[in-house]
Amino acid sequence: MDLTINGVTQRVEVEPDTPLLWVLRDTLGMTGTKYGCGAAQCGACTVLVDGQAVRSCVTPVESVASAAIHTIEAVETDPVGRKVVAAWVEQQVPQCGYCQSGQVLTATALLKQTPNPTDGDIAAAMVNLCRCGTYEAIATAVRKAAGA
Amino acid sequence: MTNAHHSPALATPVRRPVNLSRRGVLGGALGAFVLGVTLPGGPLRAQGAAATITPGTRVRAFLDIRPDGTVRFRSPFIEGGQGIFTAMAQIVGEELDSDPARFEVEGAPPGPDYLLIGGMRFTGGSMSVRMSYETMRRLGASARVMLLQAAAARLSVPVATLTTEPGRVVHAASGRTLAYGDLAAAAAALPVPRDPPLKAPADFRWIGKPVPRIDVRDKATGRARYAIDLTVDGMLHAAVQHAPRLGMEPGPMANEAEVRRMPGVHSVHTLPGAVAVVASSWWRARRAVETLSVSWTQAKPGTAHAMPADFSSDGHRARLMAASGDGVAYESDGDVAAGLRGAARVVEATYDAPHLAHGQLEPPSALARWNADGTLELWCPNQAPEMFQTAAASVAGIAPDKVILHSPMLGGFFGRHFLYQTANPFPQAIRLSKAVGRPVKVIWSREEEFLRDALRPMGVARFRAGLDAHGLPVALSAVAVGEGATGRWFGRPPNGVDSSAVEGIAGKPYAIPHRRVGQIHIDDPAIIGFWRSVGHSMNDFFYETFFDEMADAGGQDPYELRHRLLANSPRHRNLLEAVADLAGGWRRGPYTHADGSRRARGVAMASPFGSEVATMAELSLRGRTLRVHHLWVAVDPGSVVNPAIVEAQIRSAAALGLSATLVEGVVYSGGVPQARNFDAYPVLPPDRMARVHVRIVESGAKMGGIGEPGLPGVPPAVANALASLTGQHVRSLPLSRAGFV
Ligand code: FES
Ligand code: FES
Repeated sequence: MDLTINGVTQRVEVEPDTPLLWVLRDTLGMTGTKYGCGAAQCGACTVLVDGQAVRSCVTPVESVASAAIHTIEAVETDPVGRKVVAAWVEQQVPQCGYCQSGQVLTATALLKQTPNPTDGDIAAAMVNLCRCGTYEAIATAVRKAAGA
Repeated sequence: MTNAHHSPALATPVRRPVNLSRRGVLGGALGAFVLGVTLPGGPLRAQGAAATITPGTRVRAFLDIRPDGTVRFRSPFIEGGQGIFTAMAQIVGEELDSDPARFEVEGAPPGPDYLLIGGMRFTGGSMSVRMSYETMRRLGASARVMLLQAAAARLSVPVATLTTEPGRVVHAASGRTLAYGDLAAAAAALPVPRDPPLKAPADFRWIGKPVPRIDVRDKATGRARYAIDLTVDGMLHAAVQHAPRLGMEPGPMANEAEVRRMPGVHSVHTLPGAVAVVASSWWRARRAVETLSVSWTQAKPGTAHAMPADFSSDGHRARLMAASGDGVAYESDGDVAAGLRGAARVVEATYDAPHLAHGQLEPPSALARWNADGTLELWCPNQAPEMFQTAAASVAGIAPDKVILHSPMLGGFFGRHFLYQTANPFPQAIRLSKAVGRPVKVIWSREEEFLRDALRPMGVARFRAGLDAHGLPVALSAVAVGEGATGRWFGRPPNGVDSSAVEGIAGKPYAIPHRRVGQIHIDDPAIIGFWRSVGHSMNDFFYETFFDEMADAGGQDPYELRHRLLANSPRHRNLLEAVADLAGGWRRGPYTHADGSRRARGVAMASPFGSEVATMAELSLRGRTLRVHHLWVAVDPGSVVNPAIVEAQIRSAAALGLSATLVEGVVYSGGVPQARNFDAYPVLPPDRMARVHVRIVESGAKMGGIGEPGLPGVPPAVANALASLTGQHVRSLPLSRAGFV
């Protein structure tokens, strides 16, 4: 089937119910998207599907065959994504970094839909787990990115 | 890891550089040294030329300065979020006079140069900076002297007429400068100087400053590569299904033929305690291996650490609770029996804390490749490269010098990636790669990880305190029951006490005239391991929460009682005052906050890993809904290299401490863990995070650790605040089990 990822359409030969996560990581070698739980619990695997933050570990690839998929590899090609990354660097958010691809893309999706989020909006959107506990820095960085 | 009973072996001698720069033992030849780790506490013996290498001195084993002036640095310590790569760049860069931002840091390969923890190497025990600080400064300073000497030769001027500025040598008299990148090759050929001058701390440009972390951009853009991300040519993927209980072995697989025909499946294998499928992608491997219907045979009698079929968390807790007696004395002062007998009143309480999972977000993996020359190349998350190299060699049946070990960046660790035998996937990768004749990467699914993680031990502590007629404590007896992680993996002192079982109950600074800390060892049937702050992760909860019970029984304010009992410990007393100051003053409560909520505060002290910590918590309760609003942490690590990283580590440790306080606990029943993913093993979500406020106090005392010390004060500070609100002391973690959500 054909997938459009970061603006490029490519053909993949996989079982249609394969999670998008593993198509990205193993079939296409795009390892910026992370496997944390495989069960929609952590958000490490978050990608953008038609601008929405989606957990790719539970997204059958066939369900996104006609969608625009964006991954962390292309985050800085998007003006909002660029602001988010800049805020992440400025706030020195990442620790181990493993959850941060998903956090950055979740924040990007939020700010694309809600450019000026309230604290409540941020809390409602930024629900991914971070075992390193960078939650405060994440919330601060989202606010900064919104203001940038 | 902790400052355990073998702590004397961990003292770092001041090392002087020796000239070994011409021995040609770099690069591939490093692998020629045969390393043998003798534990516990024994020195690592290196054979051949390695025996003459003084760790941390051979500049070329650590540093390459490229023509463009960037510095490639091989770090003895592994980066897993704690910021050690940046700290190393700061320390070495300071003396080298090179901007830390120009460093590219990677984990060093196994080798005698990197054994900086008392002749061993691991990344843990909050030891990295404090154990290597002087040595790494000296290394940077040596490299700088070599660059100066190379420049003196190039410019034909006396070396004393030269100085440096970041990245270049300057001849002020003539205005000429030479970039480090242009001098590096000539400098590398020079002998390493014996006594390079070190900078005066007042002149530090980077040490002590909040230098930005060097890996943040890569981590914010998905470019950071972890073990799980690595691939090599021709690689196959493997997934495993472990025996439900450790010690069981795979028998017949009823549907093996059918599974072999599933898409992408290369082959089906049995391994010690597991079955595996090798396939063209990990998802295909996983789906196939989980389809396998395996009949598992019972553990053979005598199998080490076989998990009993009737093991349950409740049963084990009851067993620890039932242990009687005072145990083996670890710490004793005065006459506790007499003190208790003479007391006006005796307070007793028993506390417990559950097994905990690491839950680092990167599931374990290992990639193995057998090379044509007979070497085995291995990429796997690890906190102890030499130990992994030795263990991998023994699995592979080859000499350690034939194992080329790579130590990638860790997606969190918290103690997860020590050598734990059954808890590391690399032996599976080695065997599968051998079996299929191709490189194989094994990834453990999150479910397999919850099945085979090395857990924080379960622990129980029994306290008896004697109060005088004024309600002041005169005697305190504490008995810790359980098993410590250090003893499990590095040996227990014969007839002695593993310090990791009592740390946090022992070593408290309060002036109580009659004190005794004892320990009763009971084997933990689970595979146990090091979990951020090790014994402190529960023992400070036990002690500091009992402290408040004792204070309440004597009609004392818990803050004031601590303050009083620290009258002769100015460092601790200062810190207690510092945290109160940070919190805008001590008020226990309950009181009504401006937002209408009923709030209270709790306080706790801890002395973990050479640092001192005072923690305060403020929380509110609505019904049974508990909200921790603030955590204030004052930490005195003596002195710091990077205050921004220290603060980030304190926040991170506080978050993990809060997680353990509120929601975490592994539950076994019928010999198997009930939770196999984050749905049933909750970890702290963002909406339960507290606001963390940090104050760093640099007392100038000996440098202490930073990665773990922020954790131990959090559980007791929160539990004490809760008791202030409810009048009830919760004696068991997590608080969710007492109905607080
Ligand atoms: S890996 Fe997809 S939510 Fe955790
Ligand atoms: S930064 Fe480590 S899990 Fe979030």
